Amino acid sequence: MTATTVEDLDRAPARAARTAPAPIPFSRLMTVELVKMFNTRAGFWLIMSMAGTALIATASVILFAPDSAMTYDNFGAAIGVPMTLLLPVMAILSVTSEWSQRSGLTTFTLVPHRGRVIRAKMVVAIAIGAVSIGVALAIGALGNIVGSAIAGVDTVWDISANQITMLVLANVLNLLIGFMLGVLIRNSPGAIVGFVVYSFVLPTLSMVLGNFQQWWEDLRPWLDFNWAQGELYDGQLTSTQWAQLGTAGLIWLVVPLAVGLVMVMRSEVK
Amino acid sequence: MIDVTALTRTYGGLRAVDDVTFSAQPGRVTGFLGPNGAGKSTTMRVMVGLTPATSGSATVLGRKYADLPNPGREVGVLLDASAQHAGRTGRETLRVAARTMGLPMSRVDELLDLVSLTGTEAERRVKNYSLGMRQRLGIATALIGDPEVLILDEPANGLDPAGIRWMRDLLRGFANKGGTVLLSSHLLHEIEVIADDLVVIGQGRIVAQGTKAELLASAGTLVRSTAIEELAQALEQRGVTAVASGRDALRAEAEADLVGQVALAAGVPLTELRAADGAGLEEMFLELTADTSREGAAA
Repeated sequence: MTATTVEDLDRAPARAARTAPAPIPFSRLMTVELVKMFNTRAGFWLIMSMAGTALIATASVILFAPDSAMTYDNFGAAIGVPMTLLLPVMAILSVTSEWSQRSGLTTFTLVPHRGRVIRAKMVVAIAIGAVSIGVALAIGALGNIVGSAIAGVDTVWDISANQITMLVLANVLNLLIGFMLGVLIRNSPGAIVGFVVYSFVLPTLSMVLGNFQQWWEDLRPWLDFNWAQGELYDGQLTSTQWAQLGTAGLIWLVVPLAVGLVMVMRSEVK
Repeated sequence: MIDVTALTRTYGGLRAVDDVTFSAQPGRVTGFLGPNGAGKSTTMRVMVGLTPATSGSATVLGRKYADLPNPGREVGVLLDASAQHAGRTGRETLRVAARTMGLPMSRVDELLDLVSLTGTEAERRVKNYSLGMRQRLGIATALIGDPEVLILDEPANGLDPAGIRWMRDLLRGFANKGGTVLLSSHLLHEIEVIADDLVVIGQGRIVAQGTKAELLASAGTLVRSTAIEELAQALEQRGVTAVASGRDALRAEAEADLVGQVALAAGVPLTELRAADGAGLEEMFLELTADTSREGAAA
């Protein structure tokens, strides 16, 4: 029987030694993650719904708002509202689909460094968020020009560059909350429900608690992330408000994200 | 080349993989055989870094999997054909893999051809794929980087007989070109046809390993004769254990050439002489896993 073994080995020619391939650059991972966000059915329709809701919102302001409300601020606000929900959902799905759809089995064997993959996803999600806000503001500007022309009123540009910066920051933070919940929960429906609780239920609870408990009312600007973020939409933050945003963000965003990342690194991908 | 050394993975008190050591050699197909829940998939997941090992190590091409700079170019992995994004088309799935590895997009069409997925099928979303089509897509993903090593978990699942034949030829060709193939299965016949080496696992422990030839040899030789009693006596004198197998046959625990020599020396006419049934491996498998498999108690 040893004869058979030797013969088998002889039959197989030694494969020429190959040089190790070049490592995968981070830029390539970002491209891959960008493509992956749009080449699924869910990803495609998510982007479509962002564009769709922006157009509907603009049209609604033109059709239904009184002439005096035909201002850039109002167009921007109308377009921004659906974004505050759709961008975090996009961020959530970019992470959770690897687990819920189990595509992570391939992703994390092709790139056996989960931290790099998650980082690439985060950078891409932030970039998409920033671009989306840019597009939304452009659609809003167009609406503002067309709307005021139809209504025959002067075009009002009442959003400052500083406000735009704050708007982008607020939306990116919001998107990062979704991303954090995606990393922490790693299940699509679970993370989306988590986002709804986080963004709509917790602030209400915080408000109710603040109404009854003075100590919470005093601490709220420091501990209520939603409250702290709300200041961003007003455009100008004092240094105290920045500190409050930082403190609340540390507790409600940075720490859970870190916990989630540790879990991602340690967990099994099945 | 795959080396697994004293690999252990526990879940609480359960030792899913228990001190497993084996290697898969280049130019050969290594079959990883075991009943359901024996620890095959866990071992494979540890190999590619999806599951952390509790202790022990696994290396591929001499390095830890995580240290491979671009794993897809050196190791083709298919652990679960169903683990693909349902909302992505087959072609997009392959494009994502090709892009990650830094391959030209022309590879996508080459691989679709190789695994016989038509253009129309490739444009459909994976959600609408049959298990067989998912296996083909998974094989394509594993092969697209032109790897040296293949790690495949139950790749024949869901394939039709023609597909199984195709897969067998594909893996044989891959090994003949010097590639290393590790393939798991709980289907004995499938493994028996293709594997050169076998690693048999039951309840997380390796219960047998060696070349298929060696393991089959231990299943013995079937010899049929018109003078069965004389033959039994002659074999006994040579120290070969033989048991009756039906009215006119014996199952000898020796290789066929030895049994033939004994028969010749004893002047016993033979009507049949061959390695004990193709089911030999199956018997071995059932025997080896009898005390460890789920069905063991009932059987």
